[in-house]
Amino acid sequence: MDSSFLIEKGVIILVVFSITMLIALYSTFAERVLAGYFQDRLGPNRAGPGGFLQPLADGVKMFTKEDFIPDTPNKWLFIIGPGLAMTTALMTSAVIPWGRQLTIGGYTATLQAADINIAMLYVFGVISIGVYGIMIGGWASNNKFSLLGAVRASSQMISYEVAMGLSIIAILMVSGSLSIHTIAEKQHGFIDWDWKGHFVWPSWYVFKQPLAFLIFLICAFAETNRTPFDLPECESELVGGYHTEYSSMKLGFFLFAEYVNMFISSAIISIVFFGGYNYPGMDWVTQHVGPNVATILGTVVLFAKVFFFIFFYMWVRWTVPRFRYDQLMNLGWKILMPLAILNIVITGIVLILTGP
Amino acid sequence: MTDYGTISLTGRKKDVSQKEMTFSEKMYIPILKGMGITLKHFFKKKVTVQYPEEKREFSPVYRGQHILMRDENGAERCTACGLCAVACPAEAITMTSAERKPGEEHLYREEKYAAVYEINMLRCIFCGLCEEACPKEAIFLTEKTPDSEYNRDIFIFGKDKLVMKPEQQVL
Repeated sequence: MDSSFLIEKGVIILVVFSITMLIALYSTFAERVLAGYFQDRLGPNRAGPGGFLQPLADGVKMFTKEDFIPDTPNKWLFIIGPGLAMTTALMTSAVIPWGRQLTIGGYTATLQAADINIAMLYVFGVISIGVYGIMIGGWASNNKFSLLGAVRASSQMISYEVAMGLSIIAILMVSGSLSIHTIAEKQHGFIDWDWKGHFVWPSWYVFKQPLAFLIFLICAFAETNRTPFDLPECESELVGGYHTEYSSMKLGFFLFAEYVNMFISSAIISIVFFGGYNYPGMDWVTQHVGPNVATILGTVVLFAKVFFFIFFYMWVRWTVPRFRYDQLMNLGWKILMPLAILNIVITGIVLILTGP
Repeated sequence: MTDYGTISLTGRKKDVSQKEMTFSEKMYIPILKGMGITLKHFFKKKVTVQYPEEKREFSPVYRGQHILMRDENGAERCTACGLCAVACPAEAITMTSAERKPGEEHLYREEKYAAVYEINMLRCIFCGLCEEACPKEAIFLTEKTPDSEYNRDIFIFGKDKLVMKPEQQVL
């Protein structure tokens, strides 16, 4: 294998890793500031200019707290839990395309760690492993609240993965590929024209598959354990849910994994439904300014979309109260799953009628 | 007879009902309305007062820490009559009186004065009845709030803390 290939991928992985960490770090800060703004307050603004160093202060606090391990027969599992949650949260970013090709000195680099042809399946696989971190952590805590939180988390994730997978099948039918890179490329150019130059439909999948988008969005909330589906940690009933017994950086890992998950799922939503790094007029920029500029602009656009969805996550969190458990199950199995199946059927009929 | 069930003091009363949810409510569509409301609050003016830099103005009739006044010549007005201590509902004021010696006219206005004058700031309820009871206009409640301390003993304020400093401007 070519060493430049290894260097390219190594650099991309490192950059993606650090950006993911940085965004997750500042998401915690953004969450607190946004919480303040939504409640007519200002939020934390004392640490550093405008509260900019608040995440650092939080980090120091997390690290210096007592690292308590309860009297449990599964000490190793207790330690593995948060690590697993964090690892799986970070693994998903490997298949996400952050932009098109970047040409530096005759060498072309793709802004993606791994363009595998089953990327969508890989994402679903890793997300399903993600629940093990919570499950193992909750189980090993030797605490009834933790166990309840863990059981809730696993059943909630299993329920919503069904609807999520079914909603994405409609996208796969339209795009004809499991590769996220191909899905993003298929949404290139803001509007689809037929061969005579007539307007067909906007090319972003949110316009082609609005129902799939809605289902995917709701399921993404459930998968990341965000309000209104944060029943696994539910402070008012379960103390802290699966992380009741955790303290110090182990707790930090659990909380951090949630923000990493939020960032990754925002990225997946923006890429699969909102065109990813594509923006209207991309071809014009490529021709007139240069492909590298177009690529960088595309990455910026992608991050703008991601930031909007992170904002959206927080916006929903401070609007909608937590669901009751039966409501959660009703929504997942009786509403979202039939709707997703209906969406697949409609997509199939439309695809047959309009031809390939 | 008045039907008390229909009275709404705030004008915002809503009766609880167990009616069947409409289709849009079952589909959680009203969440969009709620998100509109939260977004409106997001852009609203914030109510936070950034305390150390920015202080909220007190009401002009605010009753804070007491002060024992001096007259225009700098002599203490208090004559230790004890009316403030009698008026005090919290029994926070104690005093010991003493007779003015010749040559102390510039220190005390009347022939009798308070040698010891103590207010227990932890008992005081800042009602202002001492101020109303005082026949000599000697005690007033200022806009200052008593400083916070770690030790309870410090909250028994003596004359050192209560008597107006010679150069002090009051109110």
